[in-house]
Amino acid sequence: MTPLVVAGLQKRFGGLAATDGLDLTVAGGELHAVIGPNGAGKTTLINQLSGEIRPDAGRIEFQGVDITHAPAHRRSLIGISRSYQITSVLRGFTALQNVAMAVQAHAGHSFGFWSPAARDRALTGPAAAALEQVGLAHRAQARADELAHGEQRQLELAMALATRPRLLLLDEPMAGMSQREAENIVALLAALKGRYSILLVEHDMDAVFALADRITVLVYGRAIACGTTDEIRASPQVREAYLGDEEAEA
Amino acid sequence: MTASLLFTQLLNGLQLGILLFLLSSGLTLVFGIMNFVNLAHGSLYMLGAYFAASAFRATGSFLAAGVIAVAATLALGVAVERLALARLYARDHLDQVLTTFGLILIFNEAVRFVWGSAPVYMNVPAALAGTVNLFGLPYPAYRFAIIAVGLAVGLALYVLIHRTRVGMLIRAGAANGPMVAALGVNIRLLNTLVFGLGAALAALAGLMAGPIFAVQPGMGESILILTLVAIVTGGIGSIRGAFYGALLVGVVDTVGRAFLPALLREFLDRALAQAAGPALASMLIYLLMAVVLALRPRGLFPVKRS
Amino acid sequence: MRDARRAFPVVFLGLLALVPVVAHLTGEPYYLTVFSRIMVFGLAALGLNLILGFGGLVSFGHALYLGIGAYAVGILSAHGVTSGFAHLGAALAVGAVAALLIGLVCLRTSGMAFIMITLAFAQMFYFLAVGLRQYGGDDGLSIPARSAFGPLALQDATVLYYVIFALLAATLYVLHRVVHARFGMVLQGCRENERRMIALGFPTLRYKLAAYVASALICVLAGVLLANLTQYASPAYMQWVVSGDLIVMILFGGMGTLLGPVVGAAAIIAIEDVLTAFRLGLPWGIDQVVNAHWMAILGALIIVVVLTLKQGLYGWLVHRAARAG
Repeated sequence: MTPLVVAGLQKRFGGLAATDGLDLTVAGGELHAVIGPNGAGKTTLINQLSGEIRPDAGRIEFQGVDITHAPAHRRSLIGISRSYQITSVLRGFTALQNVAMAVQAHAGHSFGFWSPAARDRALTGPAAAALEQVGLAHRAQARADELAHGEQRQLELAMALATRPRLLLLDEPMAGMSQREAENIVALLAALKGRYSILLVEHDMDAVFALADRITVLVYGRAIACGTTDEIRASPQVREAYLGDEEAEA
Repeated sequence: MTASLLFTQLLNGLQLGILLFLLSSGLTLVFGIMNFVNLAHGSLYMLGAYFAASAFRATGSFLAAGVIAVAATLALGVAVERLALARLYARDHLDQVLTTFGLILIFNEAVRFVWGSAPVYMNVPAALAGTVNLFGLPYPAYRFAIIAVGLAVGLALYVLIHRTRVGMLIRAGAANGPMVAALGVNIRLLNTLVFGLGAALAALAGLMAGPIFAVQPGMGESILILTLVAIVTGGIGSIRGAFYGALLVGVVDTVGRAFLPALLREFLDRALAQAAGPALASMLIYLLMAVVLALRPRGLFPVKRS
Repeated sequence: MRDARRAFPVVFLGLLALVPVVAHLTGEPYYLTVFSRIMVFGLAALGLNLILGFGGLVSFGHALYLGIGAYAVGILSAHGVTSGFAHLGAALAVGAVAALLIGLVCLRTSGMAFIMITLAFAQMFYFLAVGLRQYGGDDGLSIPARSAFGPLALQDATVLYYVIFALLAATLYVLHRVVHARFGMVLQGCRENERRMIALGFPTLRYKLAAYVASALICVLAGVLLANLTQYASPAYMQWVVSGDLIVMILFGGMGTLLGPVVGAAAIIAIEDVLTAFRLGLPWGIDQVVNAHWMAILGALIIVVVLTLKQGLYGWLVHRAARAG
C-alpha cells in the first residue's frame, strides 16, 4: 500500500496560496525529494503532512487511511515522523533524554509516576541505539543546547528515527551544516534509503540529485514537475523556473 | 417601573464598561504589541485617581485636576517603563508577572505612606452635579459625562489606530512585532509611546472614577482583574476586542448584580435565593469568560497573526 | 558535591523536625506557629511548582485551591461535621472537580492568556466566598475545633506540627519520584518545547491536565492544613495576592528544584515576620515606617531577585555547590 498519497491539497494564507492543488505520492521505500525556490511552500507542505497546519482543502492518505483531519500526535503514533528546518529539540534535556522522549512517546501511555525514566532500559536502550545510528553516541550526556549546530541536526534525525517511523518527513536536514557534516548526513540518508519511505525537502542540489528516487519541483505551491532525477534535469520547465535561476546566480 | 430601572442599570453597566475600556484599551496594546504582562496597570489607575483627588482639592478645578493627573501619571508611567520594564521585554512572562507584582506592592505602600490607608473622597464637579434627561428619565450628569468622554476617547483611538502612520505601526506591531522591528522602526520608541498612551488612559479612568468610587490603596487591583477579564474575553491585543469585552463585562456585571437575585427568587426557595443570588451575580462575568474561552480560546475578536 | 546536594534536603527536614523541641526548650511556642505556617505555605508552593517550575505553566490562581481546602473544613465544621476524614475527602473531591473543569478551560489557552484566566477563576471563587453570607461572607468563618482524625489530637500544636511535617516530607518524596518518572519527563518536555512533544506523538493536553489537577490537590491539602492551623476560613486565603505570594516563594527558592519552594516559603514568611515586628531604634521613626510598609520592601526585593538571582536562593546554592564540585 502506498505510504503517502496527497491529492488536491490546498492551503492559503490570506491572499497567498502556499499549497495550490498539490498531488504527490511517496511509494514504499522511496526517497522522494521536494525542491523549489524559497517561498514555494515546502515547509508548509511538511506542516500539513505532520498535522501542525490544517489544509483548506484536499486529502492526505497514509497507508490507505485518510488522515487529513488527524491531530499531529496521532500521526506520529501511526508512523509519520518529522524533523524541523529550524532545530527544534528539548534544549534543557541531554541528547539521550531527547531521544528517550521520542522512544517514550511510542511506548504506550506516560502515566508512570514512580520508576525513574532515566534508568528505564526500555527507553534508554533504543535511544542510545538511535544516537549511535546518527553518530552522536559520544555526546549522549551533553545538554541539547550545548551541542554544536550540526550535532543538533543529527539529534533531530535521531529523534525522528527513534520513533521507528514508516514515513520520514525531513525538512532541510542539512540546513546550516558544514561541508563535512553535510556529507555525513548524506551518507546516513543513503543508508536509510530503502528501509524507510522518506519525503526530503532540501536546498542542497548535489545531495538531492545523489539521493532521490523521484523529485517534485514546487513553485508557488504547485508541482510544476515530478519525475526521476534525469527527467527533472532534462525538463525545460524546471530549468526555466528553478535551475535557471541558480545557474544565473552561479 | 421595571423597564426604567432596567434602562438605568443598562446605562450604569455601560458607564462601568466605558471605564473598563479606558483601562483595557491601553493594556491590551501593551500585551499585544510588547508581548508584556503588565499587572501594574491598575496601579497607574490608582495613582491617577490620587493625583486627581489631590489636585482637585488644591485647585478647585476638575479640568486642571484632570490635566495634572494625566500628565503626572504619564510621566511616572514612562519613567517606570524606561527604568524597569524595558529590561524585561525579552524575558519570559513569569519574570514580567513577578516584577509588576512587586511594583504593585511598592505603589500600594507608597500611596498608603503619602495619603494614608483611609479612603480619600472626591466630589463630583459642580457643573456635572445635576441630572440629565434621557428619554424622560433623569440620569446623573456625571455618569453620563463618563459615557460621553469614554466614547469620544474610543473614537479618537479608532482614528489614531486606523488613520495615522503611528496607528499603522501599532497595528502591525500587534500582528507581528519582530517584523516591524526588522523594518527599521524604532520599536523602543513605539513601546514607550504605547506604554505612555496606556498610562494616560489609565489616569483618565482614575480621574473619572474618583467621584464615584472611593479613592483608596488597592483600588487598582479589583478593577485590574475586571480589565483582564474584558481583555481575555475580547481577544488579547485587539482594541475592538477590548471595547466590546469591556462593555460586555460592564453591562453583564451591573445588570446581573441588579436583577439576578430578584430573578432567582422567582424560581428558588427564598432563603436559598437570598444566599445564592449575590454570590452568583458576582461570578457571572467569570462564567461568561469561561464560556467564551471554552468556545473560542483566543477571545471574541482575536488579532490575526501573520 | 553531589553529596551536598543530597544532604541538604535531609539537613533541612532534620532542622524542621527539631523546631518543636527548640520551641519547647526555649519556651517560645510562637516558633511552632511560624514554622507550621512556613510548612503549610511551603506545601502549597511545592504543589504549584509542579506545574510552574516543571511544567512551565504560570498559574496565577492557585490560592483558589488553598481556599477550597480551607472552606471545606470551615463549612463542614459549621454544620457540625468534625471528622477530619470527611473534611479531607470533601476538600479533595471538590478540589478535583473544580481543578478538572477549570484546567480544561485554562489549558485551551497558553502563555499570557493562561496567566490571566487562572487569575480570573481564582477571583471568581474569591467573590463566591465573599458572597456566601451564611458562611461569614467578607469576614470568613471561624472553626471551633480542629479536624478530628481518630486518635490524632490536632488540638495539640505539636501534634499538628508533626502532621504537617509528615505530609510535607511525604509530598516531597512522592513528587521527587513523579518528576523523574515518565510522567515528570513528559511534563518537563512540555516546558521545554511543547510543539516538539506533540510532533513526537504525545497528546500533551491530558498530561498537562493531570499535572494541573495534582498540583491543585496539593494546594487543597495545604488549605485543609491552613484552616486547621488558624482555625479560620477566610476569603482572604483566596485573594489574588496569595497566588502572587506562592509564585514569589517559588521564585525566591528556585523553581527548577523540588525543595526550592519550601525554602522560599521560609524566606518570605521570615522576611514578613522580621519586617513587621522589628524594633531597631532607628532614627526618624524608620522602624515604624518599615513595620507598616514592609510590603514595599518585599516588592523591591522581588524585583531585585527577578533581575539578578534567576535561579532563586536554593537553586543558587545548588548551582554553586555543583560548580565548586
